[in-house]
Amino acid sequence: MFGAGGGTSSYREVEETDMIILWGSNARETHPIFFHHVLKAIHNGARLFVVDPRRTVSAQWADGWLGLDVGTDIALANSVAREIIHAGLHNREFIERATTGFAEYAASVEDWTLERGEAETGVPAAMIRELALTYARADRAILCWTLGITEHHNAADNVFALINLSLLCGHVGRYGSGLNPLRGQNNVQGGGDMGAIPNKLPGFQDIERDAEARERFRQAWGVEIEPKYGWHLTQMFAAMERGDLTAAYVIGENPAQSEADAKHTHELLEGLDCLVVQDIFMTRTAQMADVVLPATASWCEAEGTVTNSERRVQRVRKALEPPEGARDDIEIICDIARRMGHDWNYASVEEVWDELRSLSPIHAGMSYARLDELGGIPWPCTSEDDPGAQFLHARLWENPISGPPAPFFVVEHELPVDRLTDEFPIRLTTGRRLDSYNTGVQSGGYTSPLRRSESLDLSPEDCEQLGVEEGERVQISSRRGTVVAPVRVDPTLRPGLAFMTLHFPDDVQTNVLTIDATDPKSGTAEFKASAIRVEKLPLPQTDAAPGRVALPAR
Amino acid sequence: MSAVPVTLRRTVELEIDGEAVRAREGETILGACRRSGLDIPTLCFGETLTPVNACRVCMVEVEGSRVLVPSCARKVEDGMKVKTASERVRHARKMVLEFLGSSVDLSTTPRADEWMAEYDARPERYGPPAPPAAEGERDRAQAGHHHAGDGQTAATVAQPVKVDNELYVRDYAKCILCYKCVEGCGTDWQNTFAIAVAGRGFETRIATEYAVPLPGSACVYCGNCIAVCPTGALMFKSEHDRRAEGTWDESQQTQTDTICPYCGVGCNLTLHVQDNTIVKVTSPLDHDVTSGNLCVKGRFGFQHVQSRAPKGV
Repeated sequence: MFGAGGGTSSYREVEETDMIILWGSNARETHPIFFHHVLKAIHNGARLFVVDPRRTVSAQWADGWLGLDVGTDIALANSVAREIIHAGLHNREFIERATTGFAEYAASVEDWTLERGEAETGVPAAMIRELALTYARADRAILCWTLGITEHHNAADNVFALINLSLLCGHVGRYGSGLNPLRGQNNVQGGGDMGAIPNKLPGFQDIERDAEARERFRQAWGVEIEPKYGWHLTQMFAAMERGDLTAAYVIGENPAQSEADAKHTHELLEGLDCLVVQDIFMTRTAQMADVVLPATASWCEAEGTVTNSERRVQRVRKALEPPEGARDDIEIICDIARRMGHDWNYASVEEVWDELRSLSPIHAGMSYARLDELGGIPWPCTSEDDPGAQFLHARLWENPISGPPAPFFVVEHELPVDRLTDEFPIRLTTGRRLDSYNTGVQSGGYTSPLRRSESLDLSPEDCEQLGVEEGERVQISSRRGTVVAPVRVDPTLRPGLAFMTLHFPDDVQTNVLTIDATDPKSGTAEFKASAIRVEKLPLPQTDAAPGRVALPAR
Repeated sequence: MSAVPVTLRRTVELEIDGEAVRAREGETILGACRRSGLDIPTLCFGETLTPVNACRVCMVEVEGSRVLVPSCARKVEDGMKVKTASERVRHARKMVLEFLGSSVDLSTTPRADEWMAEYDARPERYGPPAPPAAEGERDRAQAGHHHAGDGQTAATVAQPVKVDNELYVRDYAKCILCYKCVEGCGTDWQNTFAIAVAGRGFETRIATEYAVPLPGSACVYCGNCIAVCPTGALMFKSEHDRRAEGTWDESQQTQTDTICPYCGVGCNLTLHVQDNTIVKVTSPLDHDVTSGNLCVKGRFGFQHVQSRAPKGV
């Protein structure tokens, strides 16, 4: 946000805020210990609002649940904004001092009356109003989101719509007021910190715009850094399709099963000249590889750091001896560099980290000794006497502000790419369950009493209309493919909404159904919104194993 | 406007065992004692839990108070005079430890033997233990139906271990009813409310609703109850099985702090490793991301790094 990609507030502030909005997040199941901090807040008297198409277990804790139709987040956010402006509750002083573009923004949301908001989102006008007024009147408010916001074709616009709300009310840059994307993986934040994103060097230093940073890296690494953005994952797949990308080196990722439109992904990976996979498991992707490099498990067989959703860099440590033949990721990468003629030598993992500290100002003060002593440090931490920033953007509250003002972005509502039609009338959304994780590579290893196999969760109304019962196998088709799965009747779903996970791809490959329509700005695929048709199976299928992927309908 | 709020606390001056002690306003007597280097025994106290004053082991004498006070809950006051090792205090601890020791299996309670010796507690003088209850018998007990003992044997809470899932066991023969698991599962942390205190008097027990097995209850297997259990009544099944086999050896275990491999919250894990195998996972109580709590994935989801044979796919 505003240049640095990270949540603005600490978990501690969540406990002490007055209002929390979970927008497109089922934190109770997907970020359970973060939700402990939310529960502390609730017991301290904070109000919780949950915006989610499903009435999730998180929503069951909320003062208000806004059960919007999938993909109408911008319509809802703009309606909330209009209501705040018309009630005169926007923070004029903050807007004047610390933001730009308010007039255009206000004009852009003017048409989003409560009535139009209700018609477009399915959320009752009174609920939209209540969220708007509560947010605007709260002394402190924290707005959190997860993949319900970002796994859409207009992911970045969805995020801007939420940032706009925080600017409107001055709910950012203060203790207990902020914007917090909850990260889905233990080091997705750290990957960004370390420059594993196409447009930044480590420490969020812009590759194209920051000549000074490029020069620093040139001196340290002895190579010229081209001022040119790389490709994000989706652009890489597009480049594979064009034939511009012919070799891939995949580290700790299972795209053959985790990407949307699985059939297509599979074809593209098959078409590569060379596929190298470095992983702790022989994943589906690894099975397709020309070379497999067995790696150690980074969280328990190797040393290093990860960064969490409050920007806190923490140490991971080696507790186990790895299996024979598995090597540390850094060793493997250095070895490959040496084979390519670059003599990369580090005596320890800490030495790699210290090099990073010398190049990334926001990590400069984070020595291993301090990380150990303080139990992790949030960035930015620019020197060894800096405790790190508990929250970001305090500069917006200085008078006059330091640095550039924060811009409002005009964002327009746009429905999901995969349109609902008579042929595909049901909206399928995807997500996680408490005891499982992504494609199940890790979570499949332990026996969980909570675990149940993949199902198509449907509202009781839809089940009745389709004439299907709990446990009955049905055929599910989207414009891309067909799978078979048993039905589960889920009263937390509204009619027209279905839910599946991605946890059991070996049994039911949900990603055969999902669409790879992606956001041009972030490259995220629209996992959250597919259009499907559900059909009762007239006869037990004998030619296909139950739950297996059926042949593509071409 | 942007400053971090700071809570200012007054300093309180009191006297503990004749020594002048300065403490922070709002601190407990136990906290002040520990900072002064005094070792007060306690079972039901948890750094991360609301005090419930259940175990009565940490009782101390406060001048002017008619009864002994639980040091884990009573806040320090200016001019307070506290005695932690008076005859009255030592006698109370001896009795409490004897009652607990005669009725509950304290074999996996850390420091129990040391405290028994320290306070000359001799639970065996209440007679040999009465026969254990049959499976489910204590769960069915109704309030007011307790029968007086025969005077020859010591009544106990002994009953078969409840093993109804793959992740953890409940051995209520070791339960001292400290309520910590109920608090951890309830409003203090997890807010799942899968367990509560049921029954009355000697038939009091910790139970799921209608004493159903865990898989039929609201339990989400976070194991945050195990994390706070002071007696080993709640235990990882892996630990329980190893103890039964005689292969549980804490002297051979290492503890390494790392970060959970799942979502992006960044929970701190302490991996307890024996023979290059993770045998238990805890989380540091004093780390403010978790305060010692985890979810089912963090606490139990480590098996994927222990499948050393080639994984069948």
